[in-house]
Amino acid sequence: MKENGHYIDKNETVIKIRDLYKSFGDKHVLQGIDLDVFKGENVVVLGRSGTGKSVLIKIIIGLLKPDAGTVNVLGEEVDQLRDADLRALRLKVGFSFQSSALYDSMTVGENLAFPLKRNNRSLTRDQIRKTIDVVLDAIGLPDTINQYPSELSGGQKKRIGIGRTLILRPEIMLYDEPTAGLDPITCMELNKLINAVKERFNTSSIIITHDLTCAKEVGDRVAVMDEGRFVRQGTFDEVFTEKEGLIKSFYDYNFIQ
Amino acid sequence: MSSTNEKQDKPVITAKIDGFFITFYDIAVFIARFFREAFRPPVEWGEFVRQCYQVGYKSLALVTVTGFITGVVFTEQSRPTLSEFGVTAWLPSLVAIAVVRALAPLIAALICAGKVGSSIGAELGSMKVTEQIDAMEVSAINPFRYLIVTRVTAMTICLPLLMFYNALIGCMGSYFDVHAHEQTSLIAFFDNAFAQITFLDYTTALTKAILYGFTIGIVSCYQGWNATQGTMGVGKAANVSVIVSMFLIFIEEVIIVHVFNSIR
Repeated sequence: MKENGHYIDKNETVIKIRDLYKSFGDKHVLQGIDLDVFKGENVVVLGRSGTGKSVLIKIIIGLLKPDAGTVNVLGEEVDQLRDADLRALRLKVGFSFQSSALYDSMTVGENLAFPLKRNNRSLTRDQIRKTIDVVLDAIGLPDTINQYPSELSGGQKKRIGIGRTLILRPEIMLYDEPTAGLDPITCMELNKLINAVKERFNTSSIIITHDLTCAKEVGDRVAVMDEGRFVRQGTFDEVFTEKEGLIKSFYDYNFIQ
Repeated sequence: MSSTNEKQDKPVITAKIDGFFITFYDIAVFIARFFREAFRPPVEWGEFVRQCYQVGYKSLALVTVTGFITGVVFTEQSRPTLSEFGVTAWLPSLVAIAVVRALAPLIAALICAGKVGSSIGAELGSMKVTEQIDAMEVSAINPFRYLIVTRVTAMTICLPLLMFYNALIGCMGSYFDVHAHEQTSLIAFFDNAFAQITFLDYTTALTKAILYGFTIGIVSCYQGWNATQGTMGVGKAANVSVIVSMFLIFIEEVIIVHVFNSIR
């Protein structure tokens, strides 16, 4: 099926989440999450801060363990995997951090080479350099290879963070607040980059955000989260047809204020 | 009753004792993981060599200065007492015994705990709170092997080397002082100095240095690895790394001295 100019295969589910629960002490963060992400689809998870959006994708990548429920990624039950199998799965899933999480003692080139070298020790220096050049070109920062993270702007750091995940050619991308803390123009550039990544690298994605412009630009489907549950799912227009309660607050804040 | 209420109802002293045993258990698990990961390929040689450079080479200047001053001061302080009994000729062996058996391992360890331990605690703590360690995890890299195994191993290997270097420099400091006062030659000084040092003395010193290095490495890595609360947590990790390492070093010193003295 073709949506927004690209193909989504609704017969192939790359992420399947069922009845997911997670608490931290007395704080019940996720309270029965169900979600399917299809191949080639960008799913935006919208919600207020502290509603458990980041916790959800950290469970998907295996950084956190769920209390109950199942998370199936590319046919593997994430919380059942042994360390070696989890690492193998992580090669297929890219994770872009809200803070970018670049290694600040390394240059941009070294940041990109680091996961590549460690996961493919047979690569020659030339092959690594070529792969880095391709990724830097894809994210639109070909001249930053020798710069340190401290010399980059917030938007550039986000792009390099995305580039570092792309270097392993993942099938799935998880973006944690890709536009948080950035000016509107940089946000637009990042939205374009997220769409370009999908086109060029043929990825499926979950994008965590509370930025409706980002949701509208990059999302094939939007899932609105409140108090640990999805309260509404659908295309952007379907979700924001009725502007009441939480949905209204979101809409008003993003488009009127 | 909720767990929060239970926590609130628990007396402070009980909570502290619980906390102590939980931390103790966590450290035991951390050490067990170190040994499990240390003997699994691939070895991170590049990072290991970089850490040896940081721990060993970058500590050389400080170890040289403190070792030399220790040798000079210890000789100066011991001379009046020995001259009262007319045995200043014993100075080289007295200094060598003191330096090899006790001073060099302790000084090298305390320097490394202060200089390198705090640096490891702060570096890893900073990486933890800025999600750089998580970034390694999600890139299918084993951060424990890359960050912890390399640092603890480098510390365990470099501290004995620094200790022997410190002992040598301490003896050199003593030699310059003895030479200035008693006009002793270098060969006569070192003949005299090392005549009294036994194989057991070297073994004791080496055992101490290996154990101190491992202790500093594990404590500072553990503190950094488990840092929380943002920048405040980074400072705390660096601070606690030094305090706990030094405390444990002194406890280990007492135990090792007792064990080796019972063999002697």
